[in-house]
Amino acid sequence: MDMFLLQAFNGLSVSSILLLIALGLAVTFGLMNIINMAHGEMIMIGAYATYVTQNLFLSYMPSSWFSAYYLVALPAAFLASAGVGWMLEVLLIRHLYGRPLDSLLATWGVGMILQQLARTIFGAPNVGVTSPSWLNGGVAVTESITLPYTRLFIILLVAVVLFCMYIYIYKTAAGRRMRAVMQNRNMAGCLGISTRRVDGLTFAIGSGIAGVAGCALTLLGPIGPSIGTYYIVDAFMVVVLGGVGKLIGTVTGALGIGVFNTLFETYTSASIGKVLVFACIVAFLQWKPRGLVALRSRSLD
Amino acid sequence: MLMRKFGKWFPVVLTGVIMLSGCVSGGEGPARQTSATEGSSTISASDSDTIKVGILHSLSGTMSISEVSVKDAEMLAIEEINKAGGVLGKQIEPVIEDGASDWPTFAEKAGKLLQQDRVAAVFGGWTSASRKAMLPVFEQNNGLLFYPVQYEGLESSPNIFYTGATTNQQIVPSVSWLLENRGKKFFLLGSDYVFPKTANKIIQAQLKAEGGEVVGEEYTPLGHTDYSTIINKIKAAKPDVVYNTLNGDSNVAFFKQLKDAGITSEDLTTLSVSVAEEEIRGIGADVLAGHLAAWNYYQTTDTPENTKFTAAYKAKYGADRVTADPIEAGYTAVYLWKAAVEKAGSVDVAQVKEAAKGIEFNAPSGKVTIDGENQHIYKTVRIGEVQANGQFKELWNSGEPVKPDPYLKTYEWGKSLGAN
Repeated sequence: MDMFLLQAFNGLSVSSILLLIALGLAVTFGLMNIINMAHGEMIMIGAYATYVTQNLFLSYMPSSWFSAYYLVALPAAFLASAGVGWMLEVLLIRHLYGRPLDSLLATWGVGMILQQLARTIFGAPNVGVTSPSWLNGGVAVTESITLPYTRLFIILLVAVVLFCMYIYIYKTAAGRRMRAVMQNRNMAGCLGISTRRVDGLTFAIGSGIAGVAGCALTLLGPIGPSIGTYYIVDAFMVVVLGGVGKLIGTVTGALGIGVFNTLFETYTSASIGKVLVFACIVAFLQWKPRGLVALRSRSLD
Repeated sequence: MLMRKFGKWFPVVLTGVIMLSGCVSGGEGPARQTSATEGSSTISASDSDTIKVGILHSLSGTMSISEVSVKDAEMLAIEEINKAGGVLGKQIEPVIEDGASDWPTFAEKAGKLLQQDRVAAVFGGWTSASRKAMLPVFEQNNGLLFYPVQYEGLESSPNIFYTGATTNQQIVPSVSWLLENRGKKFFLLGSDYVFPKTANKIIQAQLKAEGGEVVGEEYTPLGHTDYSTIINKIKAAKPDVVYNTLNGDSNVAFFKQLKDAGITSEDLTTLSVSVAEEEIRGIGADVLAGHLAAWNYYQTTDTPENTKFTAAYKAKYGADRVTADPIEAGYTAVYLWKAAVEKAGSVDVAQVKEAAKGIEFNAPSGKVTIDGENQHIYKTVRIGEVQANGQFKELWNSGEPVKPDPYLKTYEWGKSLGAN
């Protein structure tokens, strides 16, 4: 019973990390139709931004303030990744709309350049971030069940990001413009929306969310130049499984993959668990090629 | 950086060539190159005024994290030997090649070093895959490889000297120690490739023979970072010891998440065989404090040779650098080769191998001896506990160097393993 409860929580926490990583991708891939292979490197930038923030706090702030660094690191990670993402959009992606294969290759190249850049700046070995002291330990539910604060924090963080995304996309004028551009670029342009600005902003937001994901990942593991590549396949799986273009699809996709991955891993091993999940996804996409939640729109016909 | 180092050596080598060859070739730079590349039967590595050796490590790619420091240690040893007068009165000239974390590249570069550069010996490799790729090249070309990393055993090639530990110098004694001091129930956790799988096969056999019990065995792909499910499995299995053969980044994620799950080294003993000082820098000493590792050398190992070695290493590469077991093994390898060459009076492979039998050297890790039978070396086994400053405190050592036994023939339970 304890094992079951622990694994249920575990599935939820794995899902939440997948969701956080896939959310940014859902914006760039799902809404803009850009296969952004450099998305993993946006995660990396967020992670390194956290590392830099920590070091700045270590050298310039009184040590009693240290634990607060993480609250500064979150927006810093968002801004750093969003900035790089915006530059990437202006310099490269802008010229590649409607050419998915070209954008795939170009962003992949950019990804490799960014990785090498990180290796040059921060060195090849991994660096670590000290979790803030208020995230140490966990809630002891029963004697044998401890829910780590870091995992709870990530789940909360994902909920907040998701809520903000929902408000932005569905409840604000900027979000409405964004949806309009994604659904029919020409028509939106004719109606006076600056599609270029919307594209740049959307891409920056998608990248910024990847930065937040990178910041969250520093609580779980090491920071290295290749931190993002490990998650990029999973993130694409979530977006494709969930159905392209809908926020709710990404959420269900992440929940499905996270929970099933945990379930399979419990009864088999880590490698086989992952293989089974991917096999299930492939089978499911045979049956429903558009994923769990299909967007009804003429632009995709 | 490499080029700069070459640049430093080039004039020295060149003047040596000019002065000693009596300006036969007019003292042109290419003279040195021709003698190296022609490689006719009369010219071997020892006929010129320097002795060439190959350094073949991954200087780029995923393994560069670990291998660059080993290369640094080997270069340090060469520099020290050259300063003290070289080998057989000749300076050692290192030829550095990049294996690029790619096993076919290792084989290709090994071939280039042996056939084109005609090096007297090669120091290199890290992963078992790179060694297995180079092995046939060294056997076909009758070259010499010094391999510096602990490995899974069950191998011995007449052309390879193994200066890292084999299983009976690291894994087997540490399992016995754990059985005696920490408990009988083992949980085996490793990365999904040849070293952890072979190591765990050996541990399984040993536990069966010595009254231990395996309560769980898990493998994760290299680079895996979510250990929450495995930690839950560990919790459910209630082992006394987690025997950790994870490699690389995964260790960071595993130990961080173990700590987050509220499990400290007081609740559960973990012993790792691939976490050394270099890795602790990346994981964070606060996360690892109290956990155990088994090696033959720590930066804190208390010998006069080690004091000298660590001081020289830090002086050359920076005070923030740390030494670790494979780094020490790479450094030792160069000195062992030097001793064998001097005893043989030649760099001829057959003579060096013959002379190498029984050669002793006071390494930073203590006295090491080359075993004539299998070309591994006698090493002292040490179990250490990670301290808050990222260094190890030695809890136990074998007292004397342990004879290498790659096929585990001396163990009753090991006989069936060595056979296949």
